[in-house]
Amino acid sequence: MFGYYLDLAWRSLKRTPILTSLMVLAIGLGIGACITTLTVLHLLSGDPIPGKSAQLFYPQVMPDTRSKTEPEIGFTYTDATNLLREHRADRQAIVVSNNIKVFGPQAGARPMSLSTVATTTDFFPMFDVPFRYGAGWTPTEDGNRARVAVISQELNDKLFGGGNSIGRNIRLDKWDFRIVGVLQHWQPQPRYYDLYGHGAFASGDSVFIPFSTSRDLADLGIEGNALDCWEQLTDQVHLENQPCLWLQYWVELDTPAKVSAYRDYLVSYSEQQKALGRFQFNGKPLTGLHDLMDWLGYLQVVPSDVRLQTWVAFGFLLVCLINTVGLLLAKFLRRSGEIGVRRALGASRRAVFAQMLTEAALVGVAGGMLGLLLALTGLWAVRRSPTDYAALAHLDLRMFLVTFALSIAASLVAGLLPAWRACQIPPALQLKSH
Amino acid sequence: MELLPILSSLRRHKLAAGLLMLEIAVACAILCNAVFMIRQRLSEMQVHTGLAESELVWLKTDGVSGADATPVTESNLAALRGIPGVKSAVVVASLPLSNDDMNFNPSMDADGKHRGPNMELMVGSPGYLHALGIKLVEGHDFSADDYAGVDTWLPHSPSMIVTRAVAERLWPGQSALGQAFWIGTKRYQVIGVVDHMVRGELRGNASEYTALFAARPSAELSSLYVLRADPSALDRVLRDAAAKLAALNPQMLINDKGTYPGLRGNYFASDRAMAWLLATVCTALLIVTALGIGGLASFWVAQRRRQIGIRRAIGATRGDILRYFQTENFLIVSGGIGLGMVLAYTINLALMSHYELPRLPLAYFPVGALALWLLGQLAVLGPALRASHVPPVVATRSV
Repeated sequence: MFGYYLDLAWRSLKRTPILTSLMVLAIGLGIGACITTLTVLHLLSGDPIPGKSAQLFYPQVMPDTRSKTEPEIGFTYTDATNLLREHRADRQAIVVSNNIKVFGPQAGARPMSLSTVATTTDFFPMFDVPFRYGAGWTPTEDGNRARVAVISQELNDKLFGGGNSIGRNIRLDKWDFRIVGVLQHWQPQPRYYDLYGHGAFASGDSVFIPFSTSRDLADLGIEGNALDCWEQLTDQVHLENQPCLWLQYWVELDTPAKVSAYRDYLVSYSEQQKALGRFQFNGKPLTGLHDLMDWLGYLQVVPSDVRLQTWVAFGFLLVCLINTVGLLLAKFLRRSGEIGVRRALGASRRAVFAQMLTEAALVGVAGGMLGLLLALTGLWAVRRSPTDYAALAHLDLRMFLVTFALSIAASLVAGLLPAWRACQIPPALQLKSH
Repeated sequence: MELLPILSSLRRHKLAAGLLMLEIAVACAILCNAVFMIRQRLSEMQVHTGLAESELVWLKTDGVSGADATPVTESNLAALRGIPGVKSAVVVASLPLSNDDMNFNPSMDADGKHRGPNMELMVGSPGYLHALGIKLVEGHDFSADDYAGVDTWLPHSPSMIVTRAVAERLWPGQSALGQAFWIGTKRYQVIGVVDHMVRGELRGNASEYTALFAARPSAELSSLYVLRADPSALDRVLRDAAAKLAALNPQMLINDKGTYPGLRGNYFASDRAMAWLLATVCTALLIVTALGIGGLASFWVAQRRRQIGIRRAIGATRGDILRYFQTENFLIVSGGIGLGMVLAYTINLALMSHYELPRLPLAYFPVGALALWLLGQLAVLGPALRASHVPPVVATRSV
């Protein structure tokens, strides 16, 4: 039966080429706009570390004395190192990064400015960072302020031609570091582990060194991009005792029980710091513990413009749909005579309804194809735009399927009312008037 | 023109007319808000930075650390001034709209009890006001002695210059000259007021809360070079300057460089993209709506050929028929606009709470209405003309 309906639909659409192309154009434009914006939204709000994101948490405490209603994002040196030392989570890491001057092994070459992360040993297992050669540094090397470094695959390709460079040196500013690990390509988007003061969709990091070493060599200047001080600072190189927020701190908590224990721990830590005179608050301390996806939402990683664009696109699709409803209605009712004959020859209302919806769905498929072309064009335009996520904008298989699903669903919704009206046509009246 | 026959005929096409009205309403609501947002973005992009923008190029380096920062940076500046076409060269802490700034809250009294609003700390090397093209409107520029050292970014010289926005915010109704505030325990006194100088990023009403200070180049003040040059030679000057800095300082990194118009363009890139996107959607919306109106009108004309023929046969002129369809369209569009205004206002309320957008000005409603009436009339003109050409003889032909 479906095949017959398809045949009928095809004949009917061919009979009114202008009306049909108007409908296909309307659906196609609406779908194209929606898929373009949805793809961008989907890419930007995706999970950067699926399977693990529910165990990664960002804690917050509030050490400063400005009156605030939200706990802070950044950490002071004191709080970050206190939490690290007390080691209450399954894994924990301090993270801070900057672009610094890096020299390759070739003498006389000009330096490069490379994004360098100062962190602690748990960083690599905690964020599932893949290694090509070697491994991260050990807790002992963290403690010894060892001059060791992990470099990215891309930097290894550039400096060492992709070979095993374990044991070789690179120079960061004035100091030599021994390479202990080379990563496999690793460039999660958003760059979730280091969002404080950095763009969310920055390109990857090239060098990783122990946080303790970066403090030992404070002149390297790895102090993030969002130095936030609540009192006048007295030394901008040695930030250990300055009243400033500048570090990030991540923990891995594997069970819900550990999560709630860690919440309590953050409260008791704040109270203990109050007793020491460091924190000031009345009543309960302000603390926070967000899991990764929650944290991305909290920091509004998805630009509000992208959400707005999605709303605009869906508003546009709505107009296109109403338009299509009107045109389908006109088209179906124009065929009252034909429908009356079919009804008189024994077709049930359901059969007429199904036939009309098949016709609507066929418009949807055609609209979907046009929409796909428009979405590809739209994404091409996004890729050429100057936003930091531009390079990410590609249509994946999922969005490809969503395009057709959305398009057919939209055309079926648009077809419901006209099809219902069409199947209400009484057979007798139509036969009489002819 | 009789309205009653049109209304009674519309009552027989409630569903189709209602759909058209709804389409126009949603289109009207989206159009009003989208055009409003476009204008918002465009007006933000008009911001006056206070600089001689078309004459500036900048180079962001990794700076010079240690004790020789002052002589090295000064000799770099001297070399840059030697490039043909360069009028002046300075180092500054940050540039307006560079997305990079240093902010502080001043204390309005010596013991720090009363805090002023958050503002930007702008520092520059000798002659930077003149080099950037910032206009003084009161008082005088820094003297040569003011360009002294800094202590973790706090200039030693007690002289400062503020923008008119700061002066009006902190000392309303009085002259700002001679007034003072404190940063930490250090006291700074106003010696001049400048017209405009926006911050590293726009912050609504506080976009021009900038205090300007003087310092000689130092480890802190050694990374951002700004050159004022002949506007026609900016690209060449930029290339020469980068080459010169690289030649003089083999270990120096030039992290970024560009012309000031380029930097400004970057700052507003996403606003421009958004404005384009909204404009594209508006155009598509207008086209789809017009096609919808035209499509439905054609259908109605085809459906009513016989009635039109009868009307013509009993004396209606072509003009009558034309006006009939035009009036019908006007009524439907008016209904859509009425509903659309309510919808536009509702959407605006939602945008105001989620996207910090101001209220939609009332002027948008009549303009939007006019635009849609015009669109409707244009879209219906073709089918209506076709209707008016239906010959009276159609009435006599039976189906």
